[in-house]
Amino acid sequence: MKTILGLAAAAIAFAGLAAAPLYLGTYGIGLMIGLIGYVTLASAWALFSGPTRFVSLATVAFFGIGAYTVSAFYESFPPLMVLGLAALIGLGVSLLVGLATLRLAGVYFVIFTFGLAELIRQLVTWYEVNITGTLGRYLFVSYGPEVVYWQLLVLCAVTFGIGYLIQRSRLGLALKMIGDDEVVAEHCGLPTARVKLALFALSSVIITLVGAIQAPRWTYIEPTIVFNPTISFLTLIMALLGGATRLWGPAVGAVPLFLLFEWLSANFPDHYSIILGLLFMAIVFVLPRGVLDFLEGLTARMKSERSRQAAGTAPEHGKGRLAEGEAK
Amino acid sequence: MTLMTALIAGLVLGGTYALAAMGLTLQYGIARIMNLAYGDMIITAAFAAFVLQGAAGINPILGLLIAVPGGFLLGYAVYTVILAPLVARAPNRGVLEVDSILTTFGLLFVVQGILLVLFGSNYTSYTFLNEPVNVLGATIAANRLIALILALGLGITLYLLLTRTRWGTALRAVAVSPQSAQLVGIDINRAAAFAFALGGGLAASAGVVISMYQTFTATGGVVFTMKALIVVIMGGVGNLVGALAAGLILGLVETLVSTYADPGLTLAATYAIFLAVLLWRPQGLFGRAVR
Amino acid sequence: MAFLEISDLSKRFGGLTAVNHVSFELAQGEVVALLGPNGSGKTTVLNMISGLLPVSGGSITLQGKRLSGLPAHRIAHAGVARTFQLVRVLPSLTVSENILAAILFRAGHTSEQEARIEAADLLAAVGLEGRGGEKATDLTYIDQKRMELARALASRPKLLLLDEWLAGLNPSELRIGIDLIAKLNARGITILLVEHVMDAVRALCPRAVVMNAGSKLADGPTADVLRDPEVVRAYLGEPHAAVA
Repeated sequence: MKTILGLAAAAIAFAGLAAAPLYLGTYGIGLMIGLIGYVTLASAWALFSGPTRFVSLATVAFFGIGAYTVSAFYESFPPLMVLGLAALIGLGVSLLVGLATLRLAGVYFVIFTFGLAELIRQLVTWYEVNITGTLGRYLFVSYGPEVVYWQLLVLCAVTFGIGYLIQRSRLGLALKMIGDDEVVAEHCGLPTARVKLALFALSSVIITLVGAIQAPRWTYIEPTIVFNPTISFLTLIMALLGGATRLWGPAVGAVPLFLLFEWLSANFPDHYSIILGLLFMAIVFVLPRGVLDFLEGLTARMKSERSRQAAGTAPEHGKGRLAEGEAK
Repeated sequence: MTLMTALIAGLVLGGTYALAAMGLTLQYGIARIMNLAYGDMIITAAFAAFVLQGAAGINPILGLLIAVPGGFLLGYAVYTVILAPLVARAPNRGVLEVDSILTTFGLLFVVQGILLVLFGSNYTSYTFLNEPVNVLGATIAANRLIALILALGLGITLYLLLTRTRWGTALRAVAVSPQSAQLVGIDINRAAAFAFALGGGLAASAGVVISMYQTFTATGGVVFTMKALIVVIMGGVGNLVGALAAGLILGLVETLVSTYADPGLTLAATYAIFLAVLLWRPQGLFGRAVR
Repeated sequence: MAFLEISDLSKRFGGLTAVNHVSFELAQGEVVALLGPNGSGKTTVLNMISGLLPVSGGSITLQGKRLSGLPAHRIAHAGVARTFQLVRVLPSLTVSENILAAILFRAGHTSEQEARIEAADLLAAVGLEGRGGEKATDLTYIDQKRMELARALASRPKLLLLDEWLAGLNPSELRIGIDLIAKLNARGITILLVEHVMDAVRALCPRAVVMNAGSKLADGPTADVLRDPEVVRAYLGEPHAAVA
C-alpha cells in the first residue's frame, strides 16, 4: 500500500514538473533545466558511489564527453541517435576506467577519476587545435529549451526508476555488501569487480546523457566550459548533503544547493568557490552521512526512547523486502 | 632542441616532480591523509615566490627561507584544525581515507578560490636568472639548473634526515606500522601532524622551485596533485627513493613527449604511464614503504 | 586424486616469506587441524585457499579443479567457505540478511522465498533462531561468530575453513561449538581448522598439520604430532630462537 502511494506521488510530481514549461517563462525553464540536471547528476553519481563508497571525482569528464559528442555530431545525425552515440562513448570510457581501477583499492579509483576530466579536456583541446583547427564549436539546434527540459525530465525519472528497482533487487543487496566489506562479499560468492564495473558504467552513461542533453543550452562550446571541475564538485556535495545511500537523498541535497549556487554565482561571482568549499567541508564534518540519515537517526532515537518506556519488544525488520532502507 | 638539452630539461622537471611527490608520500604514507589540495599548496607557494620577488625584491632562493617554514606551518595548521578531528573520529582506515579525500577536495576549492580572487586566472611568471648556461654541450637557462640543484639538494637532505636521525626513524616506523610504533612509545598523532607539516614544507619548496622556470595559474593545482600522486604510486607509497626515481622518469618522459611529439600530449603521456603502472604493478615500481 | 591438494604453496610479502613450499592433502570428509605458533603462516594458508590472497607459488586444487589463480567468488562457487579470525559481519545488514547474502550469491539460483526459509533454518542450526531481525552489529561477539558460521554454511560448502572459530568461547559454549563442528562434519563437510584450543583439536581432529616459520613441520595423527619434539620446541621456543 505504502509503495503504491509512493509511486503515485512520484508520478504526480513528475507530471507536474512536465507541465512546468507551460507556465514558466524563459528564465524559469532555464533554471529548471539546471535544477533537474543537477538532481539527475547527483542521483546518478550516488547510484554507484553511494553504496559502494568508491568516490568518483570524474562526473564532469563524462558530462563533458556527452556535451562534446553532441556538438561534434548534431549536424550529421538525428538528435536521438546523437544521444545514443554519446551514451556509447561514455560507456566505453567508463568501462576502460573501471577495468583499470575498480579491482584495486578505492583510493586508486579516486585518484584516477580525479585527473580524468583534466586529461580528457586536454586531449579534446589538442584534437581540436591540431586536427580540426578550431577550439570552440557553435551549436544551433532546431528545438527549444522546453524540449531539452523534457528530455532531462525523462532521464531523471528513468534514473530514479533504476535506483528504485536496484534497491528492491538482489543488486541492491550486492551493493550494500560491497560497501560494507568487499572481502566478505567476495567470499559469499559475489563477483564484486563485475558488479562495481556494471554500476559505474550505468552511472557514467546517465551522467554522459545529462551533458549531451544540456549541450544545446550553451550554443557555444569549448573544453573549459563543459569540463569545468565545479560540476563534479557540486554533484558530489549535493549527493553527500542529502545522503548518497538513499534514493531521494541526492535530490534533497541538490535542490537547495543548486538554488544557493545560482544565488551565489549571481551575487558573489568571485567568491562562490570559496564559500562552497567551506560549506562542503562543513557537510563532511557535521553531516557525513547526509541530512536524511541525520533526521532518521533523530526520529529513531526519539522512537526508541518511547518504546523503551512502553516495553522491550524486538524491532521488526526485513518483512517482504530484501534490503532495509528501501525507497523513502 | 637537441637530445641533450631535452634530457637536461627532463631532469629539471623530474627533479621538481620528485620533490613535490616526496611531500605527498610523507602525507599519505605517514599521516595517512590523501591530500587532494596538495597541488594547490604548491601553486600557493609559487604565487608567494612571485609576490616576494615582485613586491619585496626577495629572490626566490631566499624566498625559500620564508616559503618553506610557511608551508610547514600551514600544513601543521591544516592537519591539527581540519584533519585531526577526522582522524580521531574515524573507526578505520577506509573511513578516514574517504573523509580526508572529501575534506581536502573541499579545501582545494577554497584555496583555488582565494588564489583566483587575489591573482585572477591568467598565467603568471617572473624573470629570475634567465641567462643561458652551458652544461655538457647543451644550453640551458640558469634558473632551471638552480631548480634542479635545489630539488636534488632538498630531496637528499630529507632522505638523510629520515634515514639517519632518531625522529626520522620514528616517522618511518609509523609509515610501516602505526600499531607497533605506538608500542615502542612513538606518539603517532604527533608524528602524523609533523609528517603532514613536513609535506606542506616540501610542497612549498616545490612551488618556489617551479615558479623559477615555469608559468603557473591559480587553477593549475589539480595537475600538480595528479602528477605528484602518480609519482607516489609509481615509486611505492611511502618510498622516498622510489618517489625520486619515479619523478625523474616522469619528468624525462614528459619532456621527450613534448619535444618530439606534442606539448599538448604530456598529460596523456602521464596518464598512459599511470595506467600501465596500475595494470602491471599497482604496488609501485619500487615496492612499498621505506624500511 | 585427493579432495584438497595443496602442493608447494608459497607466499611472499616483499622480502618476507610467510609460507614456504608447503604441501599437504585432505581426503573427503576429514577434519584436520592446522597448528603452529603465532606468525607461522596458518592464516596465510587459509587466505590463499579461500582466495583472499593470491599465491606466490605452488597450487591448490579441490577435487581436481585448480583454485589458485581464481578470484575469491569463483572459489566460493567451487565449494569453499570460511570464517575469519576476527569476525567480519556485514554491518549495515540484519542478521538474516547476512545469511541471505551468502544464499543468494552462491552458485545456482535460489528464489528469495526459499532463501528466507533456508536462512531461518541456518540461524536455528547455529543457535540463533528468531534473531534474524536484529542488526548484525548488535549481536554479542559469540553470536556474531555463530552468525558468521551460518553465513559460511549458507554457501553450501564442500570444504569449510575455520580460523580460530572456537577462540574466546567459555567452557559450555566450547562444548556446543565442538558438537556443532562435529555435526557439520557428519553431514559430509570436509573441515580444515586453525585452532589454539588444544582440547577442541584433540576432540575433533584425528589428524593435524603443524607449521612453523612458514614451513610444514609435521603432519600425522594429532596425538603423535603433539608429542613430536620438534613441534614441542616450535611451540615452547628455544632459548635463542627468534619469534617469527
